[in-house]
Amino acid sequence: MTTTDPYAGSRETTEGRVYTVTGGDWDLTFGSDPLAEERLVVNMGPQHPSTHGVLRLVLDLEGETVTKARVVIGYLHTGIEKNVEYRTWTQGTTFVTRMDYLAPLFNETAYCLAVEKLLGIEVPERATTIRVLVMELNRIASHLVGLATFGMEMGALTGMTNGFRERELVLDLLEEITGLRMNHAYVRPGGLAQDLPEGIEAKIREWLTIMPERVAGFHRLLTGQPIWQRRLRDVGYLDVTGCVALGVTGPILRSAGLPWDLRKVEPYCGYETYDFEVPTADTADAWGRYLVRMAEVNESMKIIEQALDRLRPGPVMVEDKKIAWPAQLSLGADGMGNSLDHVKHIMGQSMEALIHHFKLVTEGFRVPAGQVYQAIESPRGELGFHVVSDGGTRPFRVHVRDPSFVNLQATAAMSEGGMIADVIAAIASIDPVMGGVDR
Amino acid sequence: MTGPFRTGAFGVTGSGDTSGFGGLVRVEPGGAVALHSTDRPYGGWFDEVADALADAVGHDVYDAAVRRVLVDRGEITWFVHREHLLVLLQALRDDDALRFELCSSVSGVDYHDSGGPTGERLHVVLHLTSMTYRRRIRLEVAVTAADPHVPSATRVYPTSDWHERECFDMFGVVFDGHPALTRILMPDDWDGHPQRKDYPLGGVPVEYHDATIPPPDERRSYR
Repeated sequence: MTTTDPYAGSRETTEGRVYTVTGGDWDLTFGSDPLAEERLVVNMGPQHPSTHGVLRLVLDLEGETVTKARVVIGYLHTGIEKNVEYRTWTQGTTFVTRMDYLAPLFNETAYCLAVEKLLGIEVPERATTIRVLVMELNRIASHLVGLATFGMEMGALTGMTNGFRERELVLDLLEEITGLRMNHAYVRPGGLAQDLPEGIEAKIREWLTIMPERVAGFHRLLTGQPIWQRRLRDVGYLDVTGCVALGVTGPILRSAGLPWDLRKVEPYCGYETYDFEVPTADTADAWGRYLVRMAEVNESMKIIEQALDRLRPGPVMVEDKKIAWPAQLSLGADGMGNSLDHVKHIMGQSMEALIHHFKLVTEGFRVPAGQVYQAIESPRGELGFHVVSDGGTRPFRVHVRDPSFVNLQATAAMSEGGMIADVIAAIASIDPVMGGVDR
Repeated sequence: MTGPFRTGAFGVTGSGDTSGFGGLVRVEPGGAVALHSTDRPYGGWFDEVADALADAVGHDVYDAAVRRVLVDRGEITWFVHREHLLVLLQALRDDDALRFELCSSVSGVDYHDSGGPTGERLHVVLHLTSMTYRRRIRLEVAVTAADPHVPSATRVYPTSDWHERECFDMFGVVFDGHPALTRILMPDDWDGHPQRKDYPLGGVPVEYHDATIPPPDERRSYR
């Protein structure tokens, strides 16, 4: 045993060996920079409950002030973009829906709009109206989770339980419409997987009568509360110039005062015919983002009501049998499946129908070669699909411009120079969904 | 197979064509895009933007920078040489008549064996949005896998930081001038670039007679 280590020596004594451990000479290690004595690098996450998902933050601290904030992502990467290249165009829906798992219907619709643009087809009016309906329901559910986790991360746990409770009401509706609470695969290239179930309109209208009171409850619980306001005001500041330079869109950009909403400026799915406002704030901080999201819930309810009013009977899938998924779904004794009439037709009556069904299901349809970019306004901002086809039955390349991925880049700009507790408020106000960030 | 066209259907080789589609001539990935260019007038506001861009950077630079312009499905694409990319981007962002303030997306596409005679298989695609004029355009740069260098757009559009890191991670495109070009989605010590078309895919071993489920690109399927 050597005794040359100045920090951990030992000495033989009559009682035995005695170890001496002295403190490290940190001046030697870090130099004599007075700030360096305060400098601390903290790894937050990837499993920290306040980081909004599997997100890792590397924070440089001086005392409680953040001097540097770096974001490490990729913990939820599942290779969806690559996977889609080995599936048919229709199967692609079931993959993209799992990216931003709080806004699955937006992923599906944007993907399908891109495929339809490549195909050069237009879906029936009823299908478009139902898409708008389910997207706006989904937007409310997504904002409610955004508000719920916001509350949880700020320590307002009732905000969380209330948010998830109200969201459950929306998920019940979506479950009845699509069969699933999340990851619906309801929107398909050419239209929808199935029509609305009977009696759902009454249920949505009933929900529309309950919901305003629930939103008011949020305002009573959080909006007027002094602690809530002080935690949010002037935190995570990012003005319009910063937003545009960093590519930030959605409620964050609107909280800075720019009413940039793709539903208004670049309408798709007939949004130009709906009457609704684009809520903005002028504070460019977490408080403004909170208010914008709350207001958007109300606007979405207005759109849902108008969509219900204009629902007319009609097909929900294109007529073209070379594209339209052949399954005629119906509810049987053993759950949802191909309707017995359809099974009878292909198995007992028409060989051609069977061949057609088989080819469309196994092989899929062909999409003319080319590339398109389709963007829609998801709850978090511009959700863009860059889809490339080689003329085959499978996507050649699908790239997703996920708003969470881009918005998360603003973390450093929002939190450097602030307090460590405000980093949490800033990230919560971005409302990133790691499934979308990492894809 | 190289070249822009493929004949026959469904990847059938070595057996009789029972589909009746054997005479099909199909455009290879990127083939149509690589081959065609649109003649003036492009239509709509496309000409306005093209003129403004040529005025902003100078017609000599414009002619040298732009390889082709393609209008397809209501979208316009400039295929440009990488040497001039930054000049074009700066003009597109700052010129009063252009004002493409927002870089919506930077994505990579690997056209693999149809990169044309020069083998420029890796394409970097930039989608720019003008919030002032509410227009969208696309710029596309093609490079070879042996020399996958593209100038980084981060100086003009800071938002392209993570987009370019992802493109590097997935396709191995090296963005010169990027502040910290590291992997972003895959682990730091990962080998290879997973979204390249020739990236080896894994099969799944099954516990029955040492069988293996083949990787997705080797399974029997309709192409």
